[in-house]
Amino acid sequence: MADKVIYAMYDDDDVLKDGAKKLVGKGVHVADVYSPFPIHGIDPIIGVKHTRLGINAFLYGLTGTMLALFGIKYFMIQDWPMNIGGKPSFSMIENLPSFIPIVFEFTVLCAAHGMAITYLLRNKTLPGMPARNPDPRTTDDKFVMEVRVNENTQFSEKDLQAMIKETGIIEIEEREV
Amino acid sequence: MHKEASIREPLILGDKSYHDITEDVCKPIENDAPKTWYLLVTITGLVALWGIGCILYLLGTGIGTWGLNKTVGWAWDITNFVWWVGIGHAGTLISAVLLLFRQKWRMAINRSAEAMTIFAVMMAAVFPGIHMGRIWVSYWVLPLPNQFGSLWVNFNSPLLWDVFAISTYFSVSLVFWYIGLIPDFATIRDRVTRPLTKKVYSILSFGWTGNAKAWNRFEIVSLVLAGLATPLVFSVHSIVSMDFATSIVPGWHTTIFPPYFVSGAVFSGFAMVLTLLLIMRKAMHLENYIHVKHVEYMNIVIIVTGSIVGVAYITELFISWYSGVEYEAYAFINRATGPYWWSYWSMMTCNVISPQLFWIKKLRRNLAFTFVLSLVVNIGMWFERFVIIVTSIHRDFIPSSWTMFHPTWVDIGVFIGTIGIFFFLFLLFARFFPVLALNELKSILKSSGENYKEGFGYGEGYWDSHAHEGGIEEKHD
Repeated sequence: MADKVIYAMYDDDDVLKDGAKKLVGKGVHVADVYSPFPIHGIDPIIGVKHTRLGINAFLYGLTGTMLALFGIKYFMIQDWPMNIGGKPSFSMIENLPSFIPIVFEFTVLCAAHGMAITYLLRNKTLPGMPARNPDPRTTDDKFVMEVRVNENTQFSEKDLQAMIKETGIIEIEEREV
Repeated sequence: MHKEASIREPLILGDKSYHDITEDVCKPIENDAPKTWYLLVTITGLVALWGIGCILYLLGTGIGTWGLNKTVGWAWDITNFVWWVGIGHAGTLISAVLLLFRQKWRMAINRSAEAMTIFAVMMAAVFPGIHMGRIWVSYWVLPLPNQFGSLWVNFNSPLLWDVFAISTYFSVSLVFWYIGLIPDFATIRDRVTRPLTKKVYSILSFGWTGNAKAWNRFEIVSLVLAGLATPLVFSVHSIVSMDFATSIVPGWHTTIFPPYFVSGAVFSGFAMVLTLLLIMRKAMHLENYIHVKHVEYMNIVIIVTGSIVGVAYITELFISWYSGVEYEAYAFINRATGPYWWSYWSMMTCNVISPQLFWIKKLRRNLAFTFVLSLVVNIGMWFERFVIIVTSIHRDFIPSSWTMFHPTWVDIGVFIGTIGIFFFLFLLFARFFPVLALNELKSILKSSGENYKEGFGYGEGYWDSHAHEGGIEEKHD
């Protein structure tokens, strides 16, 4: 079934935030908000859950640490123990201090790149993807609130529009998706 | 909204709206470039080509074309390497460490400082690369399975630590920079009209939407990357210093090297940021975004790091006497009074004495003076590396092998060439990339913009109480 989406445009982030608060207070479900910069405090109002990317980064980092430790143990202790300058590589624990720098660097490498790749994939942002913001002005100075008619069946379309119009919008548009 | 005391100097001057910020940053990209830009690109391009020519000649003929000899085995190449890596420390320090400290003034300078970082690290990587002589086997520095045994690289060696540190630093800085650029490329994508330009920025912006969840992720990614990049910045130059400090050469064998090198790196990096930004703000009319207050903050960082460097120089000198090791003592007497005395005293003047002038408020808020001093610091920091490297080894343990280092035209050509490539890349960046972090600047407009601070003519503090009542429609443009 075709869904109708109402896009309400604001020219100030605080007005949008107050508007969203009012609408949500009345029981309207706000699907999304598009803005040129992060609006602090909008997430709890429209029910966007906090991202788990931080946990991801930790796990990627841990993977990096383990990989580096196992790799170095294999290269330096098991496969070809070198004796350089009378400082032989016979046991992992004795040589560990001089392995720490690379273990650290590799941890950072894996955590940073793992998180960055996950971030790009989760946002569906990859080279060549088409722009999916509802209005080109949302990357400049306008803020758009997206309300889906299907998600707010307790209100008629007219009521929804009327409620949104009370929140200090500058433009409103309805689109079939 | 984040509150800020009204007596703090505003960070964005003039009566700017969100749209004005977009205009001011995107106009130079959309308009035709001024003649001076073409002129500068041509000059730096020619210098870059000269440098590439020198590098090719070096690779074709061999390291013998450098002025190295059996006593001085490391000279300009490593000097230039450390100098460039040091310069490359400011960008990530500004965007990562200052982000963790919530310093809002970083937002006007982080984008270009990080671009500078990336280009500087690229230039740094040139030198160990070409010093290998056979650059086509440079992949041997990586722990790859091979036909020699398998013979692995030595994970105990600071030189290998350096490989990992520099490559991690370069790639993480690049990713950090690009993730911040994506929303700003989207801004340009949504503005430009020429089809080809639109296509290019559309590809660069990765289809950014700017919805609430994307921004939520963006903020946490920036924060975590900053948290990862902060220890990374400190580790990279610590490891560079260990290339020297873990050897037993008098003058290099010093435990204070890591903090000494890190503060020196930040010192020279900020100097280069100032050199570049003081020109860029004028040329691109960004005086409202990068103004005296930003320069003053950076100059304060220069005083702090310059003083740390000064303390390190004097500590080294003291310890060489106090340790009772005569070779150590001689290395330092030779630095100050030997045949390279002029480089030691240039270093002392440029790095220790001159930055102390910034204690005078008039001077640290004077842009012309700051520009000259930033050049002085850049020169001084090059001499610092030259002093540490060449003067420590040119008179080694056997007086019969004492010698001097004389750079050849290839030494000079490669160094000048990397400066050319660096500025060439920076000019391209300034022409085609958003040079200020648009999305970050917009987010501080209400707390740190001059117009909001002064209440649009309604008096100070007006918007603190009215911003949430929908009163913003009265905003005048």
